[in-house]
Amino acid sequence: MRKKAGNVWRYGHHVDTDVIIPARYLNIADHHELAEHAMEDIDADFAKQARTGDYIVAGKNFGCGSSREHAPLVLKVRGVPAVIADSFARIFYRNAINIGLPAMEIGEEVEKIEDGDTLEVDAAKGEIKITNKNITIATKPLPGFIQEITKAGGLINYVKGKN
Amino acid sequence: MTVTQKILARRAEVDKVEAGDIITAAVDLALTNDIMGAQTFAEFEKIGRPAVFDKNKVVLVPDHFCPANDMKSAELAKKLREFARKYQIAHYFEIGRMGIEHALLPDSGLIAPGDLIVGADSHTCTYGALNAFATGVGLTDLGAALATGRAWLKVPAAIGVELCGSLPRYVRGKDVVLALIGRIGVDGARYKSLEYSGSGVARLTMADRFTIANMAIEAGAKNGIFPCDSVTEAYLEGRAQRACRPETADADAFYEKRVAINLSLLEPVVACPHLPENVKPAKELSGVAIDQAVIGSCTNGRLDDLAQAAEILKGRKINKKVRAIVIPATQEIYSQAMALGYLRTFVDAGAAVSTPTCGPCFGGHMGILAAGERAVSTTNRNFKGRMGAADSEIYLAGPYVAAASAVTGRITDPAEIAGA
Repeated sequence: MRKKAGNVWRYGHHVDTDVIIPARYLNIADHHELAEHAMEDIDADFAKQARTGDYIVAGKNFGCGSSREHAPLVLKVRGVPAVIADSFARIFYRNAINIGLPAMEIGEEVEKIEDGDTLEVDAAKGEIKITNKNITIATKPLPGFIQEITKAGGLINYVKGKN
Repeated sequence: MTVTQKILARRAEVDKVEAGDIITAAVDLALTNDIMGAQTFAEFEKIGRPAVFDKNKVVLVPDHFCPANDMKSAELAKKLREFARKYQIAHYFEIGRMGIEHALLPDSGLIAPGDLIVGADSHTCTYGALNAFATGVGLTDLGAALATGRAWLKVPAAIGVELCGSLPRYVRGKDVVLALIGRIGVDGARYKSLEYSGSGVARLTMADRFTIANMAIEAGAKNGIFPCDSVTEAYLEGRAQRACRPETADADAFYEKRVAINLSLLEPVVACPHLPENVKPAKELSGVAIDQAVIGSCTNGRLDDLAQAAEILKGRKINKKVRAIVIPATQEIYSQAMALGYLRTFVDAGAAVSTPTCGPCFGGHMGILAAGERAVSTTNRNFKGRMGAADSEIYLAGPYVAAASAVTGRITDPAEIAGA
């Protein structure tokens, strides 16, 4: 079992939806039960050890593959407040927005964040502080329309608000 | 504007769109399946509308964990069935009359050129083969689309893929798209549209085009789209249930990047584990022994694909160390393959033939790999653990290579056994 000093779970490039939540579990309707399998094919420790407030930090093209919204959902259910990556795959990114999980795309600056670092993140402001290294990373603010969805608490509330 | 941008502008009812614009557009068809359905409906019901936006523009297909492999899956499929009845959905396809959604919808005439389609499955991009804008979304998006008939979309920039030449023997659509992904990478078209053009397009069959459009997502693309030509029109003849509104790119359309592929220079290729971009010529992998071959899926389960597999397997036997699984993509394809004698060829060769299902492609059922096993598969993803155990391996290939490999028990370029 790996011991984590901080609250960053660091992964590489092209982390796909099949490892975020393997399809063999997609017939599980209970989200908490489903979340017990998050990341298990590449990291058996994550689902067991991650604490609420831990961040997932990854390289390029995070969430490539399936349209399964279960992928951002299990991370949210597992208590991940935001996913930070060099870049995101398109469908994962919009799914994360639609369910209100901040997905912060910060390009190569992501290389400054390592496994076990501790972060303070203000997703609305687009600011990431690596507290143990005294480094601050500023990101571009989200486009207006996406901010509206986020403000409404996700797409369904946004659509309801337009009724 | 590009082809994609013109369809998006029309469906958003604006004169012009530019890459990066966020629009809301009217959808011509909204699709979901048994994996995504139950939660799609839960999101739809939160919005509180008494009906779906148009019961004739919603398609529900039980195809992933279907026929149900356990009680949990049976419950998910039941939700799809119940929703279809409650909201009088016109296009619900029951087991025995169904098929894998991305083969079923075009074959049923539900896709027309110029359409805008969203589906709660990433391979919804398949319909781009018919000059439609089609993209995969999540279940919240689809739930909202069921209620409003609209979707929010960021207008993509485009990559132009120019095809020339014609395919050599044993080289087909799968080899084209794997060659492209091998060149641009699994994020090479991230957030962009892949727009196909050039003299080579006319020499591709509809089956080739469906396979190529199907894997646009494997390059990270939002959609992949082909022009509407005489091949498209011949396919749609007597099939299309809606008027066609084909689009072509403006002469001054901007392409962020252009990729040229000479079809004549391609060869049978294979994508090695665990990314579709790890592409190598099949003949360089002849030392790789396999335990299983899967021929089917939304990528390569069409009649043409089965014909290619049958051509290789006719009069031959599956290697004793290999389990070969053949899955026609729809009930109609199953029936045609039966009439043409392909199914007999498969059974005589020692293959298992299944009713339509997505099962093995995503590790659902009907062909799960045990620890350490290796498959060659005509499906679209070879991510770690996708087809079963985390340390199993998937090699992606077209039907010719998969069938040839099933015969020899190792990855095989079809030319190697064809002359034997």
